[in-house]
Amino acid sequence: MSIFLNENSKVIVQGMTGSEGMKHTSRMLASGTAIVGGVNPRKAGTSVDFDGTSVPVFGSVADAMKETGADVSVIFVPPPFAKAAAIEAVDAQIGLAVIITEGIPVHDSTYVWAHAQGGATRIIGPNCPGLISPGRSNAGIIPANITKQGKIGLVSKSGTLTYQMMYELRDIGFSTAVGIGGDPVIGTTHIDCLQAFQDDPETEAIVMIGEIGGDAEERAADFVKANVTKPVVGYVAGFTAPEGKTMGHAGAIVSGSAGTAQAKQEALEAAGVRVGKTPSETAQLMREIIGG
Amino acid sequence: MDLFEYQARDLLASHGVPVLPGGVAETPEQAEAIAREIGQTVVVKAQVKVGGRGKAGGVKLADNPEDAKARAQDILGLDIKGHITHRVMVAQASDIAEEYYFSYLLDRSNRTFLAMASKEGGMEIEQLAVERPEALARIPVDASVGVDAAKAAEIVDAAGFAPEVRDQVIAIAVQLWDAFSKEDATLVEVNPLAKAPDGTVLALDAKITLDENAGFRQPAHEALEDAAAADPLEAAAKEKDLNYVKLEGEVGIIGNGAGLVMSTLDVVAYAGEEFGGVRPANFLDIGGGASAEVMANGLGIILSDPAVKSVFVNVFGGITACDAVANGIVAALQQLGDQATKPLVVRLDGNNVEEGRRILAEANHPLVTVVDTMDGAARRAAELAAA
Repeated sequence: MSIFLNENSKVIVQGMTGSEGMKHTSRMLASGTAIVGGVNPRKAGTSVDFDGTSVPVFGSVADAMKETGADVSVIFVPPPFAKAAAIEAVDAQIGLAVIITEGIPVHDSTYVWAHAQGGATRIIGPNCPGLISPGRSNAGIIPANITKQGKIGLVSKSGTLTYQMMYELRDIGFSTAVGIGGDPVIGTTHIDCLQAFQDDPETEAIVMIGEIGGDAEERAADFVKANVTKPVVGYVAGFTAPEGKTMGHAGAIVSGSAGTAQAKQEALEAAGVRVGKTPSETAQLMREIIGG
Repeated sequence: MDLFEYQARDLLASHGVPVLPGGVAETPEQAEAIAREIGQTVVVKAQVKVGGRGKAGGVKLADNPEDAKARAQDILGLDIKGHITHRVMVAQASDIAEEYYFSYLLDRSNRTFLAMASKEGGMEIEQLAVERPEALARIPVDASVGVDAAKAAEIVDAAGFAPEVRDQVIAIAVQLWDAFSKEDATLVEVNPLAKAPDGTVLALDAKITLDENAGFRQPAHEALEDAAAADPLEAAAKEKDLNYVKLEGEVGIIGNGAGLVMSTLDVVAYAGEEFGGVRPANFLDIGGGASAEVMANGLGIILSDPAVKSVFVNVFGGITACDAVANGIVAALQQLGDQATKPLVVRLDGNNVEEGRRILAEANHPLVTVVDTMDGAARRAAELAAA
């Protein structure tokens, strides 16, 4: 098992015919993902060749779903059009929409979130690397050749820290690694992933990576304490970030005394989560738990 | 991006929110001219992006234009909690019968917008929220619906505004929402919203934060940036589309990915404790691509920072494998030539790492040290900065 994404997932790409969409569709295919279509209203009826694999282009998410049975959409649409693309995916009731796009105005992501309430679509992102269930499927931009299928579940706000942690623990392997994104408003949260990993029989232990800004880590800590029986190790980035400065991710900002790395670490530790001082130390804590 | 009060006032006025007449001045003479135009008692207010300016002597009344000039003279140049005052706002002074509070903001935790309103304004809202939470109405706003007159009435009635100002505050609540949503703001806060002795309600002071991600559809916002206040290195980095934040330390940092760079700063700061408190000099994320050109631009900015004593290049080769990153570093150093004068510690990990390290070893650049682990490389960079 894995979470949110498995070998049966049928993936479409919104924005497949753009440069990022083309590059990463090719990579997703190469890592064995079942890419069943692309969406571009102006190129409906055509197809795109990726090293001998022909991928059809549909006029809408609904058409692509009807024709292919797709249940996952990866969205590479640029910021000005991302809101409409996400709404289209939600309205078509696709099971999972992964929004990779960085730089979406927060009014748009908040609108999409409100619009998706009560619907059938799980949203991951925006401003995220997507998710990978190694050896099964890869929806997004996470490099597929870092590690293999295994028993660790990983949830992270940061893309490169996800890759780093997958690399440090590559010999043990991962059930699923989810990059939830660094924007102030995101769809799937740490808590959603913790719950899913707790329920996933293949996942034996969980790594949770957070960073400054907001209170998602504090909430996740409360959730771990009340609901997670599997071992969890944590890492938080941004102890040296000055107050009031955005550190790369739109959501990574300490505002006044809110959103500090210190507060997040303390909350996690109070919930029984062992927190590493560096990514390597965090990987080491996981090894001690899982005996890899 | 946080706006100055005068910018916030102008923005609100453009959405119909009632404000007092006034203008912004950079010299005492300009302040005098604005006061003359207003023709009655004015208030001269320091324009700084920090609270507590009244206590710091940054807000003064002036009875006539000459007095306004003198007060502006006093306030311009004033250091308020580390913020130097370069401008003053000169506005018509108003007697205040009552003070209220009204704001819209992004509620990250609940992934929605929030309206907050109170008929007790003037004080810091954080203080009110703690001391008298029942006096502060907090009403979620559905981002897909927004605020119309009915929603505004719900907010205003929840805060218990008196009947004689209710309709005015409802109208202002709709106008403030118009500003909040159409300007892509993440905060619009009016404090105080004031009732003048004649019963008119108007916005006397406001804070606005705009979403920089919305720049592509808000072309007018660029002009609101405070170019003078930007750090020169940050300005230079911005011109090259680099994600750079200047910090107060000695170890220059380059990495790929915001999370990894934040983590790198922390690891360097820990390592620096051993070497007399050496700290990271900057945040610089060159992104997933990490091309030679971007690497050269990034190194160029960092090496031009006189505070930098050593540089730590920390890259995880994911989408761009380590051999390409190593080639980028070598090419960047060639491009920089004599400008590269400070020791570089490089840590590469990830895809094709052996090939990447081989390329760096072969180039054998005198300034470059390759260290295999992030923790070890941070330690070495801190040691070099302390030397």
